[in-house]
Amino acid sequence: MNELLVYILLGAVSVVAALGLLFSRNAIYAALFLVLNFGVAAVFYLLMNAPFLAVIQISVYAGAIMVLFVFVIMLLGAEQLPAADTGVRIKASRFVIIAGVAVLVASVMYALLTQSSGEAATYASDPAAIGVMLYTQYAFPFEAVSVLLLAAMVGAVVLTTRDAK
Amino acid sequence: MPVILELILKSLVLIFVLLTGFAYMSLVERKVLARLQARYGPNRAGPFGLLQPLADGLKLIVKESITPKSVDVPIYFLAPVLVVIPALILFAVIPVGPGDLFQLASKVNVGVLYVLGVMGVAVYGIVLAGWSSNNKYASLGGLRASAQLISYELGMGLAMVTVVLMAGSMSMADIVAAQLPTQFGGVLGWFIFRQPVAAVVFAITALAETMRSPFDLVEAEQELTAGYMTEYSGMKFALFFMGEYVKMIAVSGLFATFFLGGWSGPFVSEVPLLGLVYFTIKVIACLLLMILVRATLPRVRYDKLMAIGWKTLMPVMLANVVITAVLIVIGVPGYK
Repeated sequence: MNELLVYILLGAVSVVAALGLLFSRNAIYAALFLVLNFGVAAVFYLLMNAPFLAVIQISVYAGAIMVLFVFVIMLLGAEQLPAADTGVRIKASRFVIIAGVAVLVASVMYALLTQSSGEAATYASDPAAIGVMLYTQYAFPFEAVSVLLLAAMVGAVVLTTRDAK
Repeated sequence: MPVILELILKSLVLIFVLLTGFAYMSLVERKVLARLQARYGPNRAGPFGLLQPLADGLKLIVKESITPKSVDVPIYFLAPVLVVIPALILFAVIPVGPGDLFQLASKVNVGVLYVLGVMGVAVYGIVLAGWSSNNKYASLGGLRASAQLISYELGMGLAMVTVVLMAGSMSMADIVAAQLPTQFGGVLGWFIFRQPVAAVVFAITALAETMRSPFDLVEAEQELTAGYMTEYSGMKFALFFMGEYVKMIAVSGLFATFFLGGWSGPFVSEVPLLGLVYFTIKVIACLLLMILVRATLPRVRYDKLMAIGWKTLMPVMLANVVITAVLIVIGVPGYK
C-alpha cells in the first residue's frame, strides 16, 4: 500500500521531470530535470530492493556525467534558447523543482530506511554476487567493454590536444 | 507502523544533533583559532561566549533577505538547499554505536557507495550557486570548487576502496566489525594502523572535500571575495555555512568509522552507551585536528592543488589498492 503510494508519487515526478527536460528553454534547467529523473529512477531501484543499482545510478549518472554536462553548458554560455513567452513558465518551474526535490528526498529516505530494516539482500542487490558474476560468467564482455572505454578515453584525449602534427 | 516511526524519530534526533553540532562547531573553531593566535575569541554572549551561536543565528535570520537583480531566481534559491541536504543525509549510513538503537541505515550493503554518490551530488549546489549568481567572482569560485571536488573525490574514493578491501564489505556496520579488537591485535586492528597511507590520503581529501584550509581557495577572500557565496546574504548564506560545517562533522564521522574503529573501545560490550561516547570523542578529535590544520597551514596555490590531487594522491592510492589486494590474497597477518 505504502509502496504503491510512493510509486505513484514518484511516477508523477518522473513524468513531470521528463516533460520539464523536453520543454525548458534553458539548458541548465533541462539538465537539472534530467538529474531529477535519474534520481527518481534510483528510487525505483531501491523500491525493487536493488540498492546497489540505485547508488550506482546516482553516483555515475547524477554525480559524474550530468555534472560534466552542467559544466559544459555553463562554460559554453549557450544555455538560453530564444524566449518564447517567459514569466509564467519560469514561475511554474520553480514550484515543480521544489516539489520534486521534496518528494524525491522524502522517498529516498523512505526507501533507504525501509530497505535497511527489511529482509536479507536478494541476489541482484548483493554487490559481492554482482562482482563474482562480472568476473566469472561475464568476464569476457566485461573486459571487452573496459578496453572499449579505454579506447574512447584515449581518443578523446587525442582529439583535444592541439598541434598534434 | 512503529518501525517507520522509530526511523523518523532517529532521523530527527540525528538532524538536531548535527545542527547543534554545527552551531557549536562554529564557536569552538573561533575560540580555538583565537587561542592559537593569542586572542580571546567570542566571550561576550553568555558565559564563555556559549550563547554566541544563538546570537549569530538570530542575527542571520532577522537580516533582510536580498535577491540581486540579475540572478536566476529559482536556481539561486535552490542552490543553498542542494548544499545542505547532501551534507545532512551523509550521516545516515554511519553507525554511531553498537546495537540496533544506534543504527539508522548503516547495515545497507552499499554504504560506501552511498557516501560516494552523495558526495558526487553535493557538487551541484556549488556549481549552481556560482552560475545562478551571475557574478564573475561567484562563477570562478563555483568552477574552482567543483573542479576541486571532482578531482579529490577520486583519491577519496580509492581510499574507501582500500577500506572496502580490508573489510571485505561495503556495509559500514561490517567495516566497524572488521576493526573490533577481537579481530586483530587490539587497538592495532584499527585501519589507521593497518592502512596508514589510505588514512593520510583520506584525511587530506576530506579537507579538500569540505573546502577547508589549506584547500579553501574556493573562498579565497583576497582574490574571489567569498567565491560562490558572494551574492548570498542572511539565511541563505548561513545555509552554505551550515552545509560546510555539517559536512565537516560527517567527514569526521566517516574517518572515525573507516580508520579509527568507529564506536569500538574498551567495555563497549558491557555498556553499549559507551560506544556512542567513544564515537563522539573520535569525531571531536578529528574536528579539532581540522581546526588545528586551519590555524597552521597556508593556502595551497590552485595549480598545486590540482597537481597534488591528480599527480600525487591518485597514483599513490592506485598503488596502495593494488598492494593491499596482493597482501590480502597472499594472506599476510592483519590483511586476512
